[in-house]
Amino acid sequence: MVESAPPRPDLRALPGASEPKVEIEEVGFYYGKFQALREVTLQVPEKRVTALIGPSGCGKSTLLRMFNRMYDLVPGTRATGKVLIAGENVLTTPRLLELRQRVGMVFQRPYSFPMSIRDNVAFAPRLLGWTRPRIEAAVRESLEGAALWDEVKDRLDQPGTGLSGGQQQRLSIARCLAVQPEVILMDEPCSALDPIATLKIEDLIHRLARDYTIVIVTHNLQQAARVADFTAFMLMNPADRCGELVEFGATVEVFNRPRDRRTEDYVTGRFG
Amino acid sequence: MASVAVPAAAAPAKNRDRFRFLTGAAGLTAPLALLLIVAVLAQQAWPAMTKFSWPFLVGREWDPVHIHFGALPYIYSTVVSSALALLVAVPVGIGVAIFLAEPGQAGVRGAIGIGVELLAAVPSVVYGLWALFVMGPWVFKNLETPISDRLGWIPIFAGPPRSAAMFTAGLILAVMILPTLASISRDVIRAVPGGLREASVALGATWWETTWRVILPAARAGIIGAVVLALGRALGETIAVTMTIGNRNQISASLFEPAYSLAAVIANEFTEATGPLHSAALVELGLVLIAVTLTVNLLALGLLRLSGLAARPA
Ligand SMILES: Nc1ncnc2c1ncn2[C@@H]1O[C@H](COP(=O)(O)OP(=O)(O)O)[C@@H](O)[C@H]1O
Ligand SMILES: [Mg+2]
Repeated sequence: MVESAPPRPDLRALPGASEPKVEIEEVGFYYGKFQALREVTLQVPEKRVTALIGPSGCGKSTLLRMFNRMYDLVPGTRATGKVLIAGENVLTTPRLLELRQRVGMVFQRPYSFPMSIRDNVAFAPRLLGWTRPRIEAAVRESLEGAALWDEVKDRLDQPGTGLSGGQQQRLSIARCLAVQPEVILMDEPCSALDPIATLKIEDLIHRLARDYTIVIVTHNLQQAARVADFTAFMLMNPADRCGELVEFGATVEVFNRPRDRRTEDYVTGRFG
Repeated sequence: MASVAVPAAAAPAKNRDRFRFLTGAAGLTAPLALLLIVAVLAQQAWPAMTKFSWPFLVGREWDPVHIHFGALPYIYSTVVSSALALLVAVPVGIGVAIFLAEPGQAGVRGAIGIGVELLAAVPSVVYGLWALFVMGPWVFKNLETPISDRLGWIPIFAGPPRSAAMFTAGLILAVMILPTLASISRDVIRAVPGGLREASVALGATWWETTWRVILPAARAGIIGAVVLALGRALGETIAVTMTIGNRNQISASLFEPAYSLAAVIANEFTEATGPLHSAALVELGLVLIAVTLTVNLLALGLLRLSGLAARPA
């Protein structure tokens, strides 16, 4: 196998791209001594949906969690390189509250906080110390934005845990919309949901992309094809189990005319 | 085929019925035992109950010689010493639990965790001895005396302080219920899904905000359960309280004055009861203690129901 330099995709060369919102420059990531990511360079276009795909364990979640420094929760982790949002390096910023307000995250399983639906959505605004009227307005707008308002407007004071799985996932989307983030990260947001709830979330992702930059990890290739404008394919290097970026491009290109042989094997299901 | 299938299907059904009957019967033994205990005690206490009737509960005098019995000071001391214990032990216990539930640093946390569990295994009488000889004098010198010197104008801190007092008993009770509180709360906090913590942190909450606003509320039902359990132990604790509370039959606003709990007076006087009515009155105190404990438990349950937490798993 010929050693090839890691891809350094240039957004400006891609049709349909916009200005880069997040610039990932040669990042690496370590869990203790184990290197989970190597030399990933990627530009995430603003107000588009970008999917991260690849086999399990290739580092998709790890890469996603670099955007908002979630890895801070795991002792012994270390990141190298740069993740720039509006010119500021996320990996070294001391202003975590501000970062996490700008970069929201939706997880695989929708965990509602043990409080009312209203308080769930008001959670982040309260951390920021907003006034009551502003919070009230934000609660309504976010629930509308997450396509949940009509279903819950009569029971805002009931616990969020009483909602169905799909509703709770939209509640967690509303929860991060409340502080008007710029980027929304989603880590397999539909993998715990039934097909109908999944469709609702995918519709929602389409609509949210008008106003937000969305990065979604999915193991479901059809889903990536349905929702994503751009797709990044990652793979674990068989030599040292370290994750690498293989290919990045417009979703149609990646799925129909992949440049890398390994991408082609993966998207056509020939991956072993 | 059908002739084979019918008995095969019937047998498990029969077994299930038998199983239900057995588990149902086993489940009934606890309330039955309680009923039986109450019945026997009531029978023993009957002479006193008929003789003194309700004034027994509100009377303040306890005079076996003149056959004059009132339980109020004992009820008061029992409730106040236990409340004091909770006031101290709940915040400390939850703090310890939060610390122990954190991941990482298995060495330090492990050692402290084992230490806490071991504290639960120390016999009450040893706690009593320690409180009598070590904690009591220390508390008298370093807490009671300076507090009553400065804040003596507040009735609950009024002097002169005593080493054997409500305050000392409350503190030793706090120490005794701390392990139960801390270890149950730790398990409950650990059982809170990690995803909740992540979701909170991802919204910008600090460790402290996450713990206070998300983790503890999620663990609330289980922690209340731990508190109720601890309170039950505090209310009924006998020997350590007898050794520290001062055993004086009075109702004093000051925590630094001696008092006398239900369990303590029963233990102290039962073997030296001066007559059948005295004995019956002591048994009635036992009934009162059961009633106080049950009331507290029911109140806690009601509290859980009210906050809609009982239906949710801890
Ligand atoms: N908390 C962790 N500690 C140690 N190794 C981890 C941790 N999380 C993930 N890894 C490792 O990092 C690699 C990438 O994991 P991950 O980003 O979760 O992959 P993906 O999301 O693509 O399935 C895997 O080899 C995984 O075992
Ligand atoms: Mg993952």
